[in-house]
Amino acid sequence: MSETTANDKAATAGDTDTTADDKATTGGDRATTVGDRAATAGDEAATAGAADIAGGEQDLGAAGSQLSTAPRETAVPGSFGGTRAPGVTGRLAWLGREVFGWCRWFWRQLTSMRIALLLLFLLSLGAVPGSLIPQTGTDAMKVQEFQRTHPTLGQVYDKLGLFHVYSSVWFSAIYILLFVSLIGCIVPRTWQFAGQLRGRPPAAPRRLTRLPAYTTWRTAADPEQVRQAALGILRQRRFRAHVAGDAVAAEKGYLREAGNLVFHLALIVLLVAFAWGQLYKTEGDKLVVEGDGFSNTLLQYDDFKSGSLFDDDHLVPFSFNLKKFTATYERTGPNKGTPRTFRADLTYSVGADGKEKRTAVEVNEPLKIGDARVYLVSHGYAPTVTVRDGKGRVVYHQAVPMLPIDSNETSQGAIKVLDGYTNPQGEQEQLGFAAFFVPTFAGAGKGTMFSQFPALDRPVLALTGYHGDLGVDAGVPQNVYQLDTRKLKQFKDAKGSIVKARLRPGETMKLPNGAGSITFDKEIKEWAGFQIVQQPGTGWALTGAVVAILGLAGSLFIQRRRVWVRAVPGPDGVTVVEMAGLGRSESARLPAELGDLAALVHERAPTTTADHDPDADHDPDADPAQEPDAATSVPAEGAEKK
Amino acid sequence: MTLAAATELATATNEHLANISNVLIYSAMAVYTLAFFAYIAEWLFGSRSKVARTAAALTAPAAAKAKAPSVTVRKGGGTTVLERPEVVVRSAAGARDVPDGPGAHGGDEQGDLYGRIAVSLTVLAFLIELGGVLARAASVQRAPWGNMYEFNITFSTVAVGVYLTLLALGKNVRWLGLFLATTVLLDLGLAVTVLYTASDQLVPALHSYWLYIHVSTAIVCGAVFYVGAVGTLLYLFKDSYENKLASGGKPGTFATSVLERLPASASLDKFAYRVNAAVFPLWTFTIIAGAIWAESAWGRYWGWDPKETWSFITWVAYAGYLHARSTAGWKGRKAAYIALIAFGCWLFNYYGVNIFVSGKHSYAGV
Ligand code: HEM
Repeated sequence: MSETTANDKAATAGDTDTTADDKATTGGDRATTVGDRAATAGDEAATAGAADIAGGEQDLGAAGSQLSTAPRETAVPGSFGGTRAPGVTGRLAWLGREVFGWCRWFWRQLTSMRIALLLLFLLSLGAVPGSLIPQTGTDAMKVQEFQRTHPTLGQVYDKLGLFHVYSSVWFSAIYILLFVSLIGCIVPRTWQFAGQLRGRPPAAPRRLTRLPAYTTWRTAADPEQVRQAALGILRQRRFRAHVAGDAVAAEKGYLREAGNLVFHLALIVLLVAFAWGQLYKTEGDKLVVEGDGFSNTLLQYDDFKSGSLFDDDHLVPFSFNLKKFTATYERTGPNKGTPRTFRADLTYSVGADGKEKRTAVEVNEPLKIGDARVYLVSHGYAPTVTVRDGKGRVVYHQAVPMLPIDSNETSQGAIKVLDGYTNPQGEQEQLGFAAFFVPTFAGAGKGTMFSQFPALDRPVLALTGYHGDLGVDAGVPQNVYQLDTRKLKQFKDAKGSIVKARLRPGETMKLPNGAGSITFDKEIKEWAGFQIVQQPGTGWALTGAVVAILGLAGSLFIQRRRVWVRAVPGPDGVTVVEMAGLGRSESARLPAELGDLAALVHERAPTTTADHDPDADHDPDADPAQEPDAATSVPAEGAEKK
Repeated sequence: MTLAAATELATATNEHLANISNVLIYSAMAVYTLAFFAYIAEWLFGSRSKVARTAAALTAPAAAKAKAPSVTVRKGGGTTVLERPEVVVRSAAGARDVPDGPGAHGGDEQGDLYGRIAVSLTVLAFLIELGGVLARAASVQRAPWGNMYEFNITFSTVAVGVYLTLLALGKNVRWLGLFLATTVLLDLGLAVTVLYTASDQLVPALHSYWLYIHVSTAIVCGAVFYVGAVGTLLYLFKDSYENKLASGGKPGTFATSVLERLPASASLDKFAYRVNAAVFPLWTFTIIAGAIWAESAWGRYWGWDPKETWSFITWVAYAGYLHARSTAGWKGRKAAYIALIAFGCWLFNYYGVNIFVSGKHSYAGV
């Protein structure tokens, strides 16, 4: 386990220190750290000398640099203007530098990892209240209820936009800032990465021993031969490799950085697609009784909402008819009554005069036409009733949709005869019936008008009638399922008691004094509630999401690493081969990979046994000539607590 | 046979299978309990050992630490065998060089024996529990992810499966055993008492193959996040312990006994990171699969439903954790706190939102 530990610590080392000079990338930071360490080492071993300490600065400088394109936090606020030249122009120039400096500083702050982290944190924190406080977008009724029960708190919440968190100013501010920060971070990183791709892996650092994975051996092969062998092997292993000075420099795993950039770019695509969809979204409801139809124009909707940039002629032109609605329910067991299937069989046509096609819409299977989707969201019964006047003339014959009020489809509704009815006195009048419908009646004498089962097993329609003025013409929007009884008189019989009846299909309730009758017809239709949604950009959002996952996988599962192979003649003329690896992600694979590569190189340049001090086999450090760097007896770096 | 008779027969087998499933789950609990005691025994016997490698590594005089990297070049013994050169690994800047602890048994032979028994019992319990989950699936004739009872039993099965897989891959994770056995017992206890729901089929909104994809990956993510969270928590303890030692403090004997046996804080941290990072793309996928399902079931792919919102919060929190690890000044403990908060969000999303907040996802069948 300690093997892997060491490697990964090295991997993160690059970004620990942020005091590096402006030009340095994370690798520069590493140079500083390593330099410090070299100094420590130098104290302990005089042989290291001052030159070595200075050299330490460059030890890993270029070699460790640019293993990541993460932004550095280098800008320090302060006087950006520098010295102010005398005169007005000097003043202006100074002011310009100052303003520019501050702007740049703010921009760097905004696009720094720290601020990104802060914004991520704020984003998740900001999303919390919306999940705990009722939202107008999802449940406006609950919001009203909340405001009624908590008047003062409700007002405060309202001021803070807490009833519509996800479209509130402050929530938008967070994600827009994050978005800006994301773009400000991604664009320069992409350029930087493109530069890295064009360049070549950096040359080997002076002291390969300092790298997290290291190996060395002596060989009879000639240095040039070793380098060429290593170059071939590394290239075969798909490393980008070249010979730089006395060593081969190689790098692999660029896909990690690419994946990370792709991930962040895909997030931008996803966000734009989502915002686009919200702005142009439309969402409307329509209740359709079997046999009736719908065509997609604004007027036909029962209820319609749209995004702020929506325009009427954005509606996809299509129409459909509901041929049949089918529902089945669990008949037995503890979950008796639970719905099993809901299906609406439709015929539909696209455009003004498209060809008619058949289809079925189910709960998870909407009808898709262009950007529009037709979802099945609710259903209920629509018993057919016939109303006759005193002379037996049919004044009303219609399937009336009833609104379910429980899971067994106990339903409530109102039958409104608006015109065509004349009372026995010869006056024009309106009729209204308050209706209760149950698909499965408990049975006479059971005293309940609640349905026992959601299917049409034993339907009963309970009615009571009114006459007078329905109040429909007053211009006030009316609930179609309820009667406004303020200007209505209830039908009463000769004894003054209310006229009401529980009808079975085919039965008729007579209205008193020859006022006519109402019949519960045998034909009971069903209705289906459709939600018609049009949201552009969904495809883009999905694409963004899928690409984001691929990028993320690349960024998290691929590791970027460098390998150097140095071959130089030792003082005794025997070639010393050193190999070292450096990675930046937290993976255990680097030492193993270096071992594999070393084995391959070793095969071509095997260890020499010729005139070699046997002791050195086990402790080469004892022989300073053989391995000059190790001679300084560098402490294991983790040993000191930093 | 008439159709009615066939249905009745089917119902009878279903109930039979459901009963078998229940018996298996209870049996699994019994075996987990035995495993739990075996793990306890492992820790107890292990406490006899007086290893103090961490202390030694952190308090030894500087000269002793300054060992040179042991570069070994091996000769090719005979003449034909070419041995590979040995790779030297060193720790890097800013990290402590602390060896991993020996594990719960602390090098004690008897402790190790109990540890092995515990692992064997865990394997047995895992198989029984898996049988229980499968029987449940057969009884409801669908994937067993329709309500919280089923989530819980699947969840702990997967968590134990992850642990056993890591063990089988030769990873140093046996120290997870006791923590896992404890929480699995809690999880199952909750499942059979509070959350139990008779086996049943699904309402139409849940009939979708996206259910299988979305819910199964969600459960896997939860189980893996849980394993990561245990690693993170132990990292925090071990890190404090190492800090205390390094600054010359004297930790209590209990803390010493337990923490000495755990892996080094750096190893725990890395373990937690790898686990979380590996599962983060899967969690991203889970949310997207959920959005696809929501699009076909409810007419919008994203509607800030409480469940969706908390999945998002969890996602952002884990992204924050990954970010923190590459942000200067946020590595180590601070990042670990973020990871724990992120797991807290996951837990709330599961228990909190299912039980206390009503939304479209409220068919969890509590
Ligand atoms: C807003 C500005 C952002 C900046 C400046 C930024 C920057 C970065 C950088 C530099 C990395 C690479 C770190 C590394 O290689 O380890 C990274 C990784 C990552 N970022 Fe971002 N990012 C931003 C936004 C986001 C957002 C909004 C998310 C998603 C919620 C996100 C999720 C991630 C993830 C998951 C990683 C992978 C971490 C890893 O490789 O360990 N980032 N980000």
